Amino acid sequence: MTVAGYAFYLFAIVAVAAGLFTVMARNPVHSVLWLICAFLSSAGLFVLLGAEFIAMLMLIVYIGAVAVLFLFVVMMLDVDFAELKAGMAQYMPVGLLIGVVILMELSLAIGSWVFADAAPKMRVAVAPAPQEVENTAALGRLIYTDYVYLFQAAGLILLVAMVGAIVLTLRHKEYVKRQDVLAQMYRDPAKAVELKDIKPGQGI
Amino acid sequence: MDFFDTNFGIFLTMLGQILLVTMILLLSLTILIWVERKTFGLVQLRKSVNVVGPWGLLQTFADFIKMAVKEIIIPAGADKAVFLLAPLISFVLVLVAWATVPFYADEDSTWIIADINVGILYILAISSLEVYGVIMGGWASNSKYAFLGALRSAAQMISYEVSIGFIIVGVLLSTGSLSLVDIVMAQDGAYGFFSWYWLPHLPMVVLFFVSALAETNRPPFDLPEAESELVAGFQVEYSSTLFLLYMVGEYAAIVLMCALTTILFFGGWLSPIPGIPDGVFWFVAKTLFFFFMFSMVKAVVPRYRYDQLMRLGWKVFLPMSLGWVVIVAAFAQYGVPGYARW
Repeated sequence: MTVAGYAFYLFAIVAVAAGLFTVMARNPVHSVLWLICAFLSSAGLFVLLGAEFIAMLMLIVYIGAVAVLFLFVVMMLDVDFAELKAGMAQYMPVGLLIGVVILMELSLAIGSWVFADAAPKMRVAVAPAPQEVENTAALGRLIYTDYVYLFQAAGLILLVAMVGAIVLTLRHKEYVKRQDVLAQMYRDPAKAVELKDIKPGQGI
Repeated sequence: MDFFDTNFGIFLTMLGQILLVTMILLLSLTILIWVERKTFGLVQLRKSVNVVGPWGLLQTFADFIKMAVKEIIIPAGADKAVFLLAPLISFVLVLVAWATVPFYADEDSTWIIADINVGILYILAISSLEVYGVIMGGWASNSKYAFLGALRSAAQMISYEVSIGFIIVGVLLSTGSLSLVDIVMAQDGAYGFFSWYWLPHLPMVVLFFVSALAETNRPPFDLPEAESELVAGFQVEYSSTLFLLYMVGEYAAIVLMCALTTILFFGGWLSPIPGIPDGVFWFVAKTLFFFFMFSMVKAVVPRYRYDQLMRLGWKVFLPMSLGWVVIVAAFAQYGVPGYARW
Protein backbone atom coordinates (compact mmCIF):
# COMPACT_ATOMS: atom_id res chain seq x y z
CA MET A 1 0.00 0.00 0.00
CA THR A 2 1.26 3.45 -0.85
CA VAL A 3 1.52 6.37 1.54
CA ALA A 4 -1.65 7.82 0.00
CA GLY A 5 -3.42 4.55 0.80
CA TYR A 6 -2.43 4.68 4.46
CA ALA A 7 -3.43 8.33 4.60
CA PHE A 8 -6.82 7.48 3.09
CA TYR A 9 -7.57 4.86 5.72
CA LEU A 10 -6.36 7.18 8.48
CA PHE A 11 -8.60 10.05 7.35
CA ALA A 12 -11.56 7.77 6.60
CA ILE A 13 -11.45 6.03 9.98
CA VAL A 14 -11.02 9.34 11.83
CA ALA A 15 -13.91 10.88 9.86
CA VAL A 16 -16.28 8.02 10.63
CA ALA A 17 -15.23 7.79 14.28
CA ALA A 18 -15.56 11.56 14.72
CA GLY A 19 -19.01 11.44 13.15
CA LEU A 20 -19.99 8.71 15.60
CA PHE A 21 -18.66 10.69 18.58
CA THR A 22 -20.52 13.79 17.31
CA VAL A 23 -23.75 11.91 17.84
CA MET A 24 -22.74 10.13 21.04
CA ALA A 25 -20.96 12.88 22.99
CA ARG A 26 -22.83 13.93 26.14
CA ASN A 27 -21.60 17.51 26.08
CA PRO A 28 -22.93 19.58 23.14
CA VAL A 29 -19.65 21.51 22.87
CA HIS A 30 -17.74 18.23 22.60
CA SER A 31 -20.18 17.25 19.86
CA VAL A 32 -19.29 20.33 17.84
CA LEU A 33 -15.57 19.73 18.40
CA TRP A 34 -15.93 16.18 17.09
CA LEU A 35 -17.86 17.56 14.12
CA ILE A 36 -14.93 19.87 13.38
CA CYS A 37 -12.63 16.86 13.56
CA ALA A 38 -14.83 15.12 10.98
CA PHE A 39 -14.67 18.19 8.71
CA LEU A 40 -10.88 18.20 9.01
CA SER A 41 -10.57 14.57 8.00
CA SER A 42 -12.87 15.05 5.03
CA ALA A 43 -10.69 18.00 3.96
CA GLY A 44 -7.78 15.54 4.09
CA LEU A 45 -9.75 13.12 1.90
CA PHE A 46 -10.30 15.90 -0.65
CA VAL A 47 -6.56 16.52 -0.78
CA LEU A 48 -6.00 12.81 -1.47
CA LEU A 49 -8.54 13.01 -4.32
CA GLY A 50 -6.46 15.78 -5.89
CA ALA A 51 -9.09 18.42 -5.16
CA GLU A 52 -6.84 20.67 -3.06
CA PHE A 53 -8.90 23.78 -3.80
CA ILE A 54 -12.08 22.18 -2.45
CA ALA A 55 -10.11 20.98 0.57
CA MET A 56 -8.93 24.49 1.36
CA LEU A 57 -12.45 25.87 0.87
CA MET A 58 -13.68 23.22 3.27
CA LEU A 59 -11.16 24.42 5.84
CA ILE A 60 -11.88 28.13 5.35
CA VAL A 61 -15.67 28.03 4.96
CA TYR A 62 -16.82 25.09 7.05
CA ILE A 63 -14.24 24.97 9.81
CA GLY A 64 -13.07 28.57 9.83
CA ALA A 65 -16.50 30.21 9.66
CA VAL A 66 -19.56 27.96 9.89
CA ALA A 67 -18.32 25.71 12.70
CA VAL A 68 -17.09 28.72 14.71
CA LEU A 69 -20.58 30.26 14.62
CA PHE A 70 -22.03 26.88 15.49
CA LEU A 71 -19.67 26.57 18.44
CA PHE A 72 -20.64 30.10 19.50
CA VAL A 73 -24.33 29.25 19.53
CA VAL A 74 -23.89 25.95 21.35
CA MET A 75 -21.66 27.55 23.99
CA MET A 76 -24.05 30.44 24.59
CA LEU A 77 -27.30 28.48 24.63
CA ASP A 78 -28.12 26.40 27.62
CA VAL A 79 -29.06 23.24 25.76
CA ASP A 80 -30.30 20.39 27.89
CA PHE A 81 -29.21 17.38 25.89
CA ALA A 82 -30.69 14.79 28.21
CA GLU A 83 -34.12 16.27 27.51
CA LEU A 84 -33.46 16.34 23.78
CA LYS A 85 -32.32 12.73 23.78
CA ALA A 86 -35.40 11.59 25.68
CA GLY A 87 -37.50 11.97 22.52
CA MET A 88 -35.04 9.90 20.50
CA ALA A 89 -37.34 6.92 19.87
CA GLN A 90 -40.06 9.27 18.71
CA TYR A 91 -37.91 10.98 16.07
CA MET A 92 -36.02 7.87 15.00
CA PRO A 93 -38.36 6.87 12.12
CA VAL A 94 -38.20 10.36 10.60
CA GLY A 95 -34.42 10.39 10.89
CA LEU A 96 -34.13 6.99 9.29
CA LEU A 97 -36.45 8.08 6.48
CA ILE A 98 -34.29 11.14 5.76
CA GLY A 99 -31.20 8.93 5.81
CA VAL A 100 -32.71 6.51 3.31
CA VAL A 101 -33.81 9.35 1.01
CA ILE A 102 -30.31 10.88 1.02
CA LEU A 103 -28.74 7.48 0.37
CA MET A 104 -31.06 6.90 -2.60
CA GLU A 105 -30.32 10.35 -4.02
CA LEU A 106 -26.61 9.71 -3.70
CA SER A 107 -26.84 6.33 -5.40
CA LEU A 108 -28.94 7.81 -8.20
CA ALA A 109 -26.41 10.57 -8.77
CA ILE A 110 -23.44 8.20 -8.62
CA GLY A 111 -25.22 5.66 -10.83
CA SER A 112 -25.90 8.11 -13.62
CA TRP A 113 -22.43 9.59 -13.31
CA VAL A 114 -20.38 6.38 -13.11
CA PHE A 115 -22.29 3.37 -14.43
CA ALA A 116 -24.73 4.71 -17.05
CA ASP A 117 -23.94 4.29 -20.74
CA ALA A 118 -23.87 8.01 -21.41
CA ALA A 119 -21.74 8.73 -18.32
CA PRO A 120 -18.24 8.84 -19.90
CA LYS A 121 -19.45 11.34 -22.51
CA MET A 122 -21.06 13.54 -19.85
CA ARG A 123 -17.90 13.62 -17.77
CA VAL A 124 -15.71 14.46 -20.76
CA ALA A 125 -18.07 17.30 -21.72
CA VAL A 126 -17.55 19.26 -18.50
CA ALA A 127 -14.16 18.25 -17.15
CA PRO A 128 -10.90 19.31 -18.75
CA ALA A 129 -8.10 16.74 -18.72
CA PRO A 130 -6.57 16.78 -15.23
CA GLN A 131 -3.05 17.01 -16.60
CA GLU A 132 -3.77 20.16 -18.57
CA VAL A 133 -5.10 22.48 -15.93
CA GLU A 134 -4.95 22.67 -12.14
CA ASN A 135 -8.25 22.28 -10.36
CA THR A 136 -8.53 25.89 -9.20
CA ALA A 137 -8.47 27.03 -12.82
CA ALA A 138 -10.76 24.18 -13.90
CA LEU A 139 -13.36 25.11 -11.26
CA GLY A 140 -13.07 28.77 -12.17
CA ARG A 141 -13.70 27.96 -15.82
CA LEU A 142 -16.75 25.84 -14.97
CA ILE A 143 -18.33 28.29 -12.55
CA TYR A 144 -17.53 31.63 -14.16
CA THR A 145 -17.57 30.67 -17.86
CA ASP A 146 -19.73 27.62 -18.52
CA TYR A 147 -22.34 27.99 -15.80
CA VAL A 148 -22.08 31.67 -14.97
CA TYR A 149 -25.87 32.34 -15.12
CA LEU A 150 -26.72 29.40 -12.86
CA PHE A 151 -24.00 30.53 -10.47
CA GLN A 152 -25.36 34.08 -10.40
CA ALA A 153 -28.89 32.75 -9.86
CA ALA A 154 -27.67 30.69 -6.89
CA GLY A 155 -26.01 33.81 -5.50
CA LEU A 156 -29.27 35.78 -5.89
CA ILE A 157 -31.22 33.09 -4.05
CA LEU A 158 -28.76 33.28 -1.16
CA LEU A 159 -29.02 37.07 -1.20
CA VAL A 160 -32.82 36.85 -0.98
CA ALA A 161 -32.50 34.46 1.96
CA MET A 162 -30.13 36.86 3.69
CA VAL A 163 -32.36 39.89 3.10
CA GLY A 164 -35.31 37.87 4.41
CA ALA A 165 -33.50 36.95 7.61
CA ILE A 166 -32.49 40.56 8.20
CA VAL A 167 -36.01 41.88 7.51
CA LEU A 168 -37.50 39.34 9.93
CA THR A 169 -35.22 40.35 12.78
CA LEU A 170 -34.84 44.08 12.14
CA ARG A 171 -36.74 46.24 14.59
CA HIS A 172 -36.44 49.95 15.08
CA LYS A 173 -36.91 50.83 18.70
CA GLU A 174 -37.38 54.49 19.45
CA TYR A 175 -35.95 54.31 22.92
CA VAL A 176 -32.68 52.61 21.98
CA LYS A 177 -29.77 55.03 22.03
CA ARG A 178 -27.63 54.83 18.93
CA GLN A 179 -24.05 55.93 18.42
CA ASP A 180 -23.20 58.68 16.01
CA VAL A 181 -19.54 58.12 15.24
CA LEU A 182 -18.96 61.51 13.66
CA ALA A 183 -20.54 63.27 16.64
CA GLN A 184 -18.22 61.29 18.92
CA MET A 185 -15.18 62.21 16.87
CA TYR A 186 -15.96 65.93 16.70
CA ARG A 187 -16.63 66.25 20.40
CA ASP A 188 -13.96 68.29 22.16
CA PRO A 189 -13.32 69.20 25.81
CA ALA A 190 -14.49 72.77 25.25
CA LYS A 191 -18.01 71.56 24.42
CA ALA A 192 -18.14 68.49 26.65
CA VAL A 193 -16.59 69.67 29.90
CA GLU A 194 -17.80 72.62 31.89
CA LEU A 195 -15.64 74.03 34.68
CA LYS A 196 -17.37 75.57 37.66
CA ASP A 197 -15.68 77.70 40.22
CA ILE A 198 -17.18 76.64 43.54
CA LYS A 199 -16.63 78.61 46.67
CA PRO A 200 -15.63 76.55 49.72
CA GLY A 201 -18.54 75.58 51.95
CA GLN A 202 -21.17 76.08 49.25
CA GLY A 203 -22.89 73.67 46.91
CA ILE A 204 -23.54 74.25 43.22
CA MET B 1 19.32 4.43 -6.68
CA ASP B 2 20.38 7.30 -4.50
CA PHE B 3 19.44 7.00 -0.81
CA PHE B 4 17.52 10.30 -0.86
CA ASP B 5 15.25 9.03 -3.67
CA THR B 6 13.97 6.06 -1.67
CA ASN B 7 10.74 6.44 0.31
CA PHE B 8 12.63 6.41 3.61
CA GLY B 9 15.13 8.94 2.28
CA ILE B 10 12.35 11.31 1.18
CA PHE B 11 10.74 10.92 4.59
CA LEU B 12 14.03 11.73 6.33
CA THR B 13 14.60 14.76 4.10
CA MET B 14 11.15 16.13 4.87
CA LEU B 15 11.59 15.50 8.57
CA GLY B 16 14.93 17.32 8.43
CA GLN B 17 13.40 20.30 6.63
CA ILE B 18 10.54 20.52 9.11
CA LEU B 19 12.90 20.32 12.09
CA LEU B 20 15.19 22.93 10.54
CA VAL B 21 12.40 25.45 9.93
CA THR B 22 10.82 24.86 13.34
CA MET B 23 14.11 25.14 15.23
CA ILE B 24 15.19 28.29 13.39
CA LEU B 25 11.75 29.80 13.92
CA LEU B 26 11.65 29.06 17.65
CA LEU B 27 15.22 30.26 18.18
CA SER B 28 14.60 33.46 16.26
CA LEU B 29 11.45 33.99 18.32
CA THR B 30 13.55 34.27 21.47
CA ILE B 31 15.68 36.92 19.76
CA LEU B 32 12.57 38.68 18.41
CA ILE B 33 10.97 38.86 21.85
CA TRP B 34 14.21 40.42 23.10
CA VAL B 35 14.12 42.90 20.18
CA GLU B 36 10.54 43.78 21.05
CA ARG B 37 11.30 44.38 24.71
CA LYS B 38 14.31 46.52 23.78
CA THR B 39 12.06 48.51 21.42
CA PHE B 40 9.60 49.17 24.22
CA GLY B 41 12.52 50.19 26.43
CA LEU B 42 13.79 52.70 23.87
CA VAL B 43 10.32 54.15 23.28
CA GLN B 44 9.63 54.49 26.99
CA LEU B 45 13.11 55.86 27.81
CA ARG B 46 14.20 53.03 30.09
CA LYS B 47 16.87 50.34 29.94
CA SER B 48 14.62 47.29 29.44
CA VAL B 49 16.15 43.79 29.84
CA ASN B 50 19.89 44.01 30.56
CA VAL B 51 20.77 41.54 33.31
CA VAL B 52 20.77 37.94 32.01
CA GLY B 53 23.51 37.43 29.41
CA PRO B 54 25.16 40.14 27.29
CA TRP B 55 22.70 43.05 26.75
CA GLY B 56 20.02 40.86 28.36
CA LEU B 57 19.97 38.54 25.33
CA LEU B 58 19.39 35.42 27.44
CA GLN B 59 16.47 36.94 29.36
CA THR B 60 13.93 35.19 27.10
CA PHE B 61 15.55 31.81 27.73
CA ALA B 62 15.48 32.48 31.46
CA ASP B 63 11.77 33.35 31.20
CA PHE B 64 11.07 30.17 29.24
CA ILE B 65 12.83 28.00 31.81
CA LYS B 66 10.98 29.79 34.61
CA MET B 67 7.64 29.14 32.89
CA ALA B 68 8.41 25.51 32.10
CA VAL B 69 9.33 24.51 35.66
CA LYS B 70 6.21 26.06 37.22
CA GLU B 71 3.23 24.01 38.25
CA ILE B 72 0.32 23.54 35.86
CA ILE B 73 -2.89 24.57 37.60
CA ILE B 74 -6.13 23.21 36.20
CA PRO B 75 -9.12 25.08 37.64
CA ALA B 76 -11.87 23.13 39.36
CA GLY B 77 -14.81 22.68 37.02
CA ALA B 78 -12.61 23.06 33.94
CA ASP B 79 -13.10 20.68 31.05
CA LYS B 80 -9.73 18.99 31.46
CA ALA B 81 -9.21 17.49 27.99
CA VAL B 82 -10.24 20.64 26.10
CA PHE B 83 -8.34 22.82 28.58
CA LEU B 84 -5.09 20.96 27.85
CA LEU B 85 -5.78 20.68 24.13
CA ALA B 86 -6.46 24.38 23.46
CA PRO B 87 -2.92 25.81 23.88
CA LEU B 88 -1.51 22.87 21.95
CA ILE B 89 -3.83 23.64 19.04
CA SER B 90 -2.93 27.29 18.98
CA PHE B 91 0.80 26.48 19.09
CA VAL B 92 0.83 23.61 16.58
CA LEU B 93 -1.38 25.30 13.99
CA VAL B 94 0.91 28.32 13.74
CA LEU B 95 3.92 26.10 13.14
CA VAL B 96 1.94 24.06 10.60
CA ALA B 97 1.14 27.23 8.67
CA TRP B 98 4.87 27.81 8.08
CA ALA B 99 4.94 24.74 5.81
CA THR B 100 4.13 26.73 2.67
CA VAL B 101 6.13 29.88 3.37
CA PRO B 102 8.87 30.19 0.74
CA PHE B 103 12.16 31.59 2.04
CA TYR B 104 14.05 31.69 -1.24
CA ALA B 105 13.68 30.39 -4.79
CA ASP B 106 15.66 30.57 -8.01
CA GLU B 107 15.88 28.45 -11.17
CA ASP B 108 17.53 25.49 -9.43
CA SER B 109 16.04 25.31 -5.97
CA THR B 110 13.12 26.41 -3.82
CA TRP B 111 13.56 26.87 -0.07
CA ILE B 112 10.15 25.75 1.08
CA ILE B 113 8.83 22.69 2.92
CA ALA B 114 5.79 22.06 0.70
CA ASP B 115 5.48 23.93 -2.61
CA ILE B 116 1.73 23.33 -3.13
CA ASN B 117 -0.19 25.27 -5.75
CA VAL B 118 -2.76 26.64 -3.28
CA GLY B 119 -0.12 27.88 -0.81
CA ILE B 120 -1.79 31.19 0.05
CA LEU B 121 -5.18 29.53 0.60
CA TYR B 122 -3.48 27.01 2.88
CA ILE B 123 -2.06 29.77 5.07
CA LEU B 124 -5.43 31.56 5.13
CA ALA B 125 -7.17 28.29 6.08
CA ILE B 126 -4.74 27.45 8.86
CA SER B 127 -4.87 30.95 10.29
CA SER B 128 -8.67 30.76 10.28
CA LEU B 129 -8.35 27.62 12.42
CA GLU B 130 -6.24 29.43 15.00
CA VAL B 131 -9.38 30.89 16.50
CA TYR B 132 -10.18 27.45 17.94
CA GLY B 133 -7.21 27.53 20.30
CA VAL B 134 -8.59 30.75 21.79
CA ILE B 135 -12.27 29.85 21.91
CA MET B 136 -11.66 26.35 23.30
CA GLY B 137 -9.31 27.68 25.96
CA GLY B 138 -11.80 30.34 26.98
CA TRP B 139 -14.69 27.92 27.22
CA ALA B 140 -12.82 25.11 28.95
CA SER B 141 -11.51 27.42 31.70
CA ASN B 142 -15.02 27.64 33.17
CA SER B 143 -14.49 31.29 34.06
CA LYS B 144 -16.51 34.27 32.89
CA TYR B 145 -13.53 36.48 32.11
CA ALA B 146 -11.92 33.78 30.01
CA PHE B 147 -15.19 33.07 28.23
CA LEU B 148 -15.84 36.74 27.43
CA GLY B 149 -12.28 37.05 26.15
CA ALA B 150 -12.77 34.01 23.93
CA LEU B 151 -16.02 35.37 22.48
CA ARG B 152 -14.44 38.74 21.74
CA SER B 153 -11.44 37.11 20.16
CA ALA B 154 -13.49 34.78 17.95
CA ALA B 155 -15.67 37.63 16.65
CA GLN B 156 -12.63 39.81 16.05
CA MET B 157 -10.56 37.19 14.23
CA ILE B 158 -13.45 36.17 11.96
CA SER B 159 -14.26 39.80 11.11
CA TYR B 160 -10.74 40.70 10.06
CA GLU B 161 -10.17 37.42 8.24
CA VAL B 162 -12.81 38.53 5.74
CA SER B 163 -10.95 41.68 4.77
CA ILE B 164 -7.60 39.85 4.75
CA GLY B 165 -9.17 37.39 2.32
CA PHE B 166 -10.30 40.16 -0.02
CA ILE B 167 -6.92 41.90 0.13
CA ILE B 168 -5.25 38.63 -0.85
CA VAL B 169 -7.74 38.23 -3.72
CA GLY B 170 -6.49 41.54 -5.12
CA VAL B 171 -2.90 40.28 -5.10
CA LEU B 172 -3.98 36.97 -6.65
CA LEU B 173 -5.78 38.82 -9.47
CA SER B 174 -2.52 40.56 -10.27
CA THR B 175 -0.50 37.35 -10.13
CA GLY B 176 -2.85 34.78 -11.65
CA SER B 177 -1.65 32.05 -9.29
CA LEU B 178 -2.28 30.85 -5.75
CA SER B 179 1.32 29.77 -5.21
CA LEU B 180 3.40 31.98 -2.93
CA VAL B 181 6.52 31.37 -5.02
CA ASP B 182 4.67 32.65 -8.10
CA ILE B 183 3.45 35.69 -6.19
CA VAL B 184 7.02 36.68 -5.32
CA MET B 185 8.31 35.84 -8.80
CA ALA B 186 5.62 38.08 -10.35
CA GLN B 187 7.12 41.02 -8.43
CA ASP B 188 10.55 40.51 -9.97
CA GLY B 189 10.98 43.45 -12.33
CA ALA B 190 13.49 45.86 -13.80
CA TYR B 191 12.82 48.56 -11.21
CA GLY B 192 13.65 46.57 -8.06
CA PHE B 193 11.89 48.18 -5.11
CA PHE B 194 9.35 49.91 -7.36
CA SER B 195 8.20 46.79 -9.21
CA TRP B 196 6.91 45.13 -6.03
CA TYR B 197 3.19 44.95 -5.31
CA TRP B 198 3.19 47.66 -2.64
CA LEU B 199 3.09 50.32 -5.35
CA PRO B 200 0.08 49.13 -7.38
CA HIS B 201 -1.67 47.84 -4.25
CA LEU B 202 -0.69 50.74 -1.99
CA PRO B 203 -3.97 51.27 -0.07
CA MET B 204 -4.20 47.54 0.64
CA VAL B 205 -0.74 47.43 2.26
CA VAL B 206 -2.03 49.67 5.04
CA LEU B 207 -5.26 47.68 5.35
CA PHE B 208 -3.38 44.39 5.43
CA PHE B 209 -1.02 45.63 8.12
CA VAL B 210 -3.87 46.82 10.34
CA SER B 211 -5.90 43.65 9.70
CA ALA B 212 -2.84 41.57 10.58
CA LEU B 213 -2.63 43.44 13.90
CA ALA B 214 -6.27 42.63 14.60
CA GLU B 215 -5.99 39.05 13.40
CA THR B 216 -3.10 38.30 15.74
CA ASN B 217 -4.79 40.10 18.70
CA ARG B 218 -2.01 42.65 18.92
CA PRO B 219 -2.38 46.11 20.40
CA PRO B 220 -4.22 48.37 19.61
CA PHE B 221 -6.64 45.49 19.02
CA ASP B 222 -5.69 43.24 21.97
CA LEU B 223 -9.24 43.33 23.35
CA PRO B 224 -9.40 39.57 24.05
CA GLU B 225 -6.84 40.17 26.77
CA ALA B 226 -7.72 43.72 27.72
CA GLU B 227 -6.37 43.61 31.24
CA SER B 228 -8.39 46.55 32.51
CA GLU B 229 -11.65 44.75 31.68
CA LEU B 230 -10.97 41.02 31.44
CA VAL B 231 -7.82 40.45 33.55
CA ALA B 232 -6.05 38.47 30.81
CA GLY B 233 -8.91 37.33 28.59
CA PHE B 234 -8.92 33.76 27.38
CA GLN B 235 -5.62 32.92 29.10
CA VAL B 236 -6.62 33.98 32.61
CA GLU B 237 -6.57 30.43 33.97
CA TYR B 238 -3.47 29.28 32.13
CA SER B 239 -0.15 28.94 33.86
CA SER B 240 3.25 27.43 33.27
CA THR B 241 3.92 25.56 30.00
CA LEU B 242 0.34 25.94 28.78
CA PHE B 243 0.66 29.72 28.98
CA LEU B 244 4.05 29.44 27.32
CA LEU B 245 2.48 27.58 24.40
CA TYR B 246 -0.11 30.36 23.96
CA MET B 247 2.54 33.03 24.11
CA VAL B 248 4.96 31.36 21.70
CA GLY B 249 2.06 30.58 19.35
CA GLU B 250 1.00 34.22 19.41
CA TYR B 251 4.50 35.43 18.54
CA ALA B 252 4.91 32.80 15.83
CA ALA B 253 1.60 34.01 14.32
CA ILE B 254 2.88 37.60 14.39
CA VAL B 255 6.10 36.61 12.61
CA LEU B 256 4.01 34.64 10.11
CA MET B 257 1.95 37.75 9.37
CA CYS B 258 5.15 39.78 8.93
CA ALA B 259 6.50 37.16 6.54
CA LEU B 260 3.20 37.20 4.65
CA THR B 261 3.31 41.00 4.31
CA THR B 262 6.83 40.63 2.94
CA ILE B 263 5.79 37.98 0.44
CA LEU B 264 2.55 39.57 -0.75
CA PHE B 265 3.60 43.20 -1.07
CA PHE B 266 7.34 43.57 -0.59
CA GLY B 267 8.89 41.01 -2.92
CA GLY B 268 9.96 38.28 -0.47
CA TRP B 269 13.61 37.44 -1.12
CA LEU B 270 14.02 39.90 -4.04
CA SER B 271 16.57 42.64 -3.57
CA PRO B 272 15.29 46.23 -3.60
CA ILE B 273 18.05 47.54 -5.90
CA PRO B 274 18.54 45.98 -9.35
CA GLY B 275 22.02 44.50 -9.66
CA ILE B 276 22.38 43.42 -6.02
CA PRO B 277 21.75 39.66 -5.83
CA ASP B 278 18.50 38.32 -4.33
CA GLY B 279 18.77 36.14 -1.26
CA VAL B 280 17.21 34.85 1.91
CA PHE B 281 18.90 37.79 3.67
CA TRP B 282 16.36 40.19 2.15
CA PHE B 283 13.46 38.01 3.28
CA VAL B 284 14.74 37.98 6.85
CA ALA B 285 15.52 41.70 6.82
CA LYS B 286 12.07 42.68 5.55
CA THR B 287 10.30 40.36 7.99
CA LEU B 288 12.37 41.82 10.82
CA PHE B 289 11.44 45.34 9.70
CA PHE B 290 7.72 44.53 9.82
CA PHE B 291 8.15 42.90 13.21
CA PHE B 292 9.75 46.13 14.37
CA MET B 293 6.72 48.02 12.99
CA PHE B 294 4.41 45.69 14.95
CA SER B 295 6.41 46.44 18.12
CA MET B 296 6.31 50.17 17.50
CA VAL B 297 2.54 50.06 17.06
CA LYS B 298 2.24 48.25 20.38
CA ALA B 299 4.51 50.79 22.03
CA VAL B 300 2.83 53.99 20.82
CA VAL B 301 -0.86 53.32 20.03
CA PRO B 302 -3.55 53.17 22.74
CA ARG B 303 -6.17 50.43 22.77
CA TYR B 304 -9.38 50.60 20.72
CA ARG B 305 -12.85 50.26 22.13
CA TYR B 306 -14.57 47.02 21.10
CA ASP B 307 -17.43 48.62 19.13
CA GLN B 308 -14.89 50.79 17.30
CA LEU B 309 -12.95 47.68 16.39
CA MET B 310 -16.01 45.95 14.95
CA ARG B 311 -17.08 49.09 13.11
CA LEU B 312 -13.63 49.46 11.56
CA GLY B 313 -13.65 45.84 10.42
CA TRP B 314 -17.13 45.61 8.92
CA LYS B 315 -17.96 49.17 7.88
CA VAL B 316 -14.57 50.48 6.74
CA PHE B 317 -12.18 47.67 5.85
CA LEU B 318 -14.65 45.26 4.27
CA PRO B 319 -16.18 47.75 1.78
CA MET B 320 -12.76 49.20 0.96
CA SER B 321 -11.13 45.84 0.28
CA LEU B 322 -14.17 44.60 -1.66
CA GLY B 323 -14.15 47.74 -3.80
CA TRP B 324 -10.43 47.35 -4.35
CA VAL B 325 -10.95 43.82 -5.72
CA VAL B 326 -13.32 45.27 -8.35
CA ILE B 327 -10.88 48.07 -9.19
CA VAL B 328 -7.91 45.69 -9.51
CA ALA B 329 -9.97 43.34 -11.69
CA ALA B 330 -10.87 46.23 -14.01
CA PHE B 331 -7.27 47.51 -14.10
CA ALA B 332 -5.94 44.04 -14.87
CA GLN B 333 -8.56 43.47 -17.57
CA TYR B 334 -7.83 46.77 -19.35
CA GLY B 335 -4.06 46.42 -19.06
CA VAL B 336 -3.11 49.23 -16.68
CA PRO B 337 0.65 48.67 -16.27
CA GLY B 338 1.69 46.82 -13.13
CA TYR B 339 -1.65 45.18 -12.41
CA ALA B 340 -1.80 42.16 -14.75
CA ARG B 341 1.39 40.13 -14.46
CA TRP B 342 0.31 36.66 -15.54
